[in-house]
Amino acid sequence: MGRSCVYKLKAMTALGGTKPRVDVFAGVKISENPDRALVSVSARQGHETVCRERARAFLGVDLPAPARAASSEGFGVLWIGPDAWMVEADHTRHELLASEIKTAVADAGSVVEQTDGWCRFEVEGSKVCDLFERLCNVDVQAMLGDAVVRTSIHHVGCYLWCREAGAAFTVMGPRSSAASLHHALIESAGVVSLD
Amino acid sequence: MIIDHPLLGPRDAQEFVYLGDADLINRPDWQAEDAADAFHDYLYLRDNPAGVHRELWYHEQGDRSWLVVTRDTLTHEISKVELARDVARAQGRGR
Repeated sequence: MGRSCVYKLKAMTALGGTKPRVDVFAGVKISENPDRALVSVSARQGHETVCRERARAFLGVDLPAPARAASSEGFGVLWIGPDAWMVEADHTRHELLASEIKTAVADAGSVVEQTDGWCRFEVEGSKVCDLFERLCNVDVQAMLGDAVVRTSIHHVGCYLWCREAGAAFTVMGPRSSAASLHHALIESAGVVSLD
Repeated sequence: MIIDHPLLGPRDAQEFVYLGDADLINRPDWQAEDAADAFHDYLYLRDNPAGVHRELWYHEQGDRSWLVVTRDTLTHEISKVELARDVARAQGRGR
């Protein structure tokens, strides 16, 4: 006879907490965001046009051009490479985002679940450009809304997504380096808040 | 050194990883009669010019694309940057 075992599992954020971490400095606010589902989509060779059309029909927005992001109601899409994009959506409403998108693009695209591979921080405030100028070699002052670059922050490869020019950025890095990335963000935020 | 990425514009060379001679994309057919000789040449014989050189760079801290960069090894001047897949397709390859 098997013994029943009741697990009491609790979801943790990328930083290991039960609630998302928020750090507030003068001019910079850094908020951990665990609420977005992530999926990568790559158009298969020879099916690029079909993949774009099917993705647009499902997402309600064109797949963006290089170094750009686009949003529709419910979805955000980031260009991450030639014929490759990252789709993000609310995790509660789209927990099975990968299978939703795979159903939509079918054999025209390759779809990979990415949600738990990444950690994500929303960084906003009047000194947000000062912060990222110290952390990476991206010309953040020149980034307009919905510009996306992949860059290196303290040797951690991250996506930097400008939400509002000079005011709000989303940064996504590998989840296994979440604490390192967070450390880099708050250390530099502490410095720029004193300026 | 700045590499003018065909899709993303000028990017710092520290975002890239260097692989080697661009001829590395021309991998021999492993099923050919002379495969052993062809792979010997592919692995060991390489031009090492003092001057214009075509080489493979990988945009590791960027969009993960492979590039064929034409660079002068004497001056480090970069005269051309192409996506490696465009180079391969221009040669009639499938990918």
